[in-house]
Amino acid sequence: MMEKRYAKDRLRRSMMFVPGNNPGMIADARIYGADCLMFDLEDSVAYTEKDAARFLVHNALKTLDFGKKEIVVRINDLSSGLGIRDLEAIIPAGVHVVRLPKTDSAQDVIDCEKEIARIEAEHGIPVGATGMMAAIESAGGVLNAREIAQASGRLIGIALGAEDYVTDLKTTRSDGIELLFARSMILNAARSAGIAALDTVYSDVNNEEGFLEEVNLIRKLGFDGKSVINPRQIEPLHHTFVPSEKDLKKAYAIMDAIAEANARGSGVASLNGKMIDKPVVIRAQRLIALAEADNTVEEE
Amino acid sequence: MDDLKNIPHIEEINHRGLFAGVPPKHTATFQERTASQNKVLPSLEAAIRATGLQDGMTISFHHHFRGGDHVVNQVVDALARMGYKNLTLAASSLAAVHAPLIQHIKNGVITHIETSGLRGDLAEEISRGLMDCPVVFRSHGGRAAAIRSGELHIDVAFLGAPSCDPYGNANGYSRDEDDAIACGSMGYARTDAKYADKVVILTNHLVRYPNAPWAIPEYDVDYIVVMEDIGDPKGIMSGATRYTKNPKELLIAQTAAQVIDAAGYFYDGFSMQMGSGGASLAAARFLRQMMLDKGIHCRFALGGITGQIAAMHEEGLIDRILDVQSFDLDAALSLRKNRFHHQIGATYYASFLSAAAVDQLDFVILSALEIDTSFNVNVLTGSDGVIRGAIGGHPDTAAGASLSVVVAPLTRGRIPTIIDRVNTIVTPGDVVDVVVTDQGVAVNPRRPEIAKKLRRAGIHVYTIQELKDKAEALVGRPDPIRYTGRVVGVVLYRDNTIIDTIHQIDEGPTE
Amino acid sequence: MDLVKTAMAGTMESGDIMVTIEPRTAGGITLDLTSSVMQQYGRRIEEVIRETLGELAVENAAVSAVDKGALDCTVRARVSAAAFRCAQAENDHWEVRK
Repeated sequence: MMEKRYAKDRLRRSMMFVPGNNPGMIADARIYGADCLMFDLEDSVAYTEKDAARFLVHNALKTLDFGKKEIVVRINDLSSGLGIRDLEAIIPAGVHVVRLPKTDSAQDVIDCEKEIARIEAEHGIPVGATGMMAAIESAGGVLNAREIAQASGRLIGIALGAEDYVTDLKTTRSDGIELLFARSMILNAARSAGIAALDTVYSDVNNEEGFLEEVNLIRKLGFDGKSVINPRQIEPLHHTFVPSEKDLKKAYAIMDAIAEANARGSGVASLNGKMIDKPVVIRAQRLIALAEADNTVEEE
Repeated sequence: MDDLKNIPHIEEINHRGLFAGVPPKHTATFQERTASQNKVLPSLEAAIRATGLQDGMTISFHHHFRGGDHVVNQVVDALARMGYKNLTLAASSLAAVHAPLIQHIKNGVITHIETSGLRGDLAEEISRGLMDCPVVFRSHGGRAAAIRSGELHIDVAFLGAPSCDPYGNANGYSRDEDDAIACGSMGYARTDAKYADKVVILTNHLVRYPNAPWAIPEYDVDYIVVMEDIGDPKGIMSGATRYTKNPKELLIAQTAAQVIDAAGYFYDGFSMQMGSGGASLAAARFLRQMMLDKGIHCRFALGGITGQIAAMHEEGLIDRILDVQSFDLDAALSLRKNRFHHQIGATYYASFLSAAAVDQLDFVILSALEIDTSFNVNVLTGSDGVIRGAIGGHPDTAAGASLSVVVAPLTRGRIPTIIDRVNTIVTPGDVVDVVVTDQGVAVNPRRPEIAKKLRRAGIHVYTIQELKDKAEALVGRPDPIRYTGRVVGVVLYRDNTIIDTIHQIDEGPTE
Repeated sequence: MDLVKTAMAGTMESGDIMVTIEPRTAGGITLDLTSSVMQQYGRRIEEVIRETLGELAVENAAVSAVDKGALDCTVRARVSAAAFRCAQAENDHWEVRK
């Protein structure tokens, strides 16, 4: 078995965005309880500082202890010429997942994977150890979401990047209706490929109410989680993903009924006179996993 | 009238002899009288002369004007002009604005200082060895006790007051006139006024008698000087203390609130105190939400009071406020307006010699510059060994409260907060119960039941050593600060025993 | 590494270090360091700067650094960035995390 740096199936309620050329923010990133940290070499780094950010993220990844968090680095797109240099710096440093920006087609994923594989081989890292995720930020990308989601076995998920996308659509961000198609498309593409679906950032940090509305919406749609730009957004985000007491009780009752049926040697379980279907069991398992994640104290 | 000899047991009855008539009764209106017979003197110099101040004596000041204080500098300037030498300056605290004292120390007007804290250039110079006699640092409660016991004897107190009537009823605000400046509570000044041999009130706002309510009653006041300028309103009070938006401070504050709840001190009728530092103040916000969620009340909030506490009082969440010092204008306005927002003095607040309000605290949230693996806390000297802080009520409240929670970031920049031995012990680990950082909580091994309760509530409890190791893994092990053998400061615990000393920093070249 | 022209990396923000490297033809490495945490970490910062330059085979240079409490990994990153800028080169040998 090859040792992978990433796990396909893990909790990704929050992916915290950390500017790649800011040493103070990089050092503090791990304390806020985000499930994943995303160090950014792309939009938050000025063109003339790309080299410095690469050195900083490389050294931080090699030295700092980020506990059990998933470590993602957003690289520049390959067509800019910067993306390959980014990969050269971060793959040896031990990045778990490479986030590819501006993914318009499956070919973008395939091209990036080829470079990752080359760099892994050159450094004696098992080829395939590094995970990938693709951010879709254009109308074309949204329409290609299905092919993108299936373009590589390394993909842990696909994400929506809304700022560029709404510009491409000739609209702006408002109450969320403008993103409904993209969100639905990305979610279905991700699910059909068996990978995670991650929502875009909510940039008005001081609008807590608007943030919560959006979080509720994406949770109902079925997203795994969301990118966040400020640590203050993490706690309310996670809180929304915590199942209610009532739902949780029901989930435990379902699992108890299953266990009891198994003990009887019966393949058919029922609760309150109703037979328990397989989807019901899967939903109950997920609910319990989310609730337990919320109660888990990270011990390092 | 019988002869005194005929009164049985006359020798046991205290009296002053036989009545011999009274002086003529006055007949002028009281308004006329306040204009002609009062305690107001024409100048600061006249007041100083009237007090009989001598070289070598002790003068005192309060710090309710904080960074906006103009009283200390004006009075000491006047004393220097009048040729005084060798005075002890005993202030409830000193701020960066008092840097001009450096000159008066150099020219021998001031030869000794007692205070709760020092900041700015004066603190830097003293850390470099400006004074022969070490500065004596006391907590607010320790100072109140020392003044009452006579360990700190005040010859003349010079007390600035935003309102005062011609007989000396003085206060930090005025209820009936729109005063230009206000400092809210004058709690620390009340102890000085009560015990000093002579008391001079310096006011920019002489109001009509009686200036009720007062912080200082007229019978404690000897002279009054009306001055144009006693302080800068902007430096005395910020408009309103704002809740921090710093995510790290919010994280610490939220954890502190959870700790208090889990430890069992968050119940209907609890009592609390919190500082004005970012994280400890922000805890009020989380506590407020928890009070609303659980439908519980706070019986009283104590200490330095902020607008946030006042707002919770007005919201009906806090029954009583005991205010020894108002930290912002909103707190001062609440003191003026709300009858259950009550002004208290330093003795009532925290004195070691009396039953004090701190002893009725359920919990206090305190900040720290350094914490060591024995839970000792330093709030007085910076990581470079230079004095830059104040003891305040830190040891008083930590000792008095059933649960003392010290909040601090695990590191500040590259400087670790949790270390092997604090540079200066201000509050001993014996009275510190829980340390809350952004990267974990530690409980003093003295309180195993608290650790158990926190664990039961899902809060991971580290040992203090583990937190220290975490900090060190991140920033590396610091080289120790270099000091000379010379003592520049003596730190007293609230019972006025010497708990630590501060040494002169060594700035010579490393070998 | 052949140094070509004076270059700088890093910022004056808290937690960062600003490093300037000037090429020299002889005289080894001279270092002018100021730090907000000089007493506690000055020695360590100098050690990391010299170690990093050694690994990059920089032999002669005038280095000045203004530190605002940077961690070791940041010092290393800024010195490396300044050195490569000074050599007008791109790094093509990234080390693997152990």
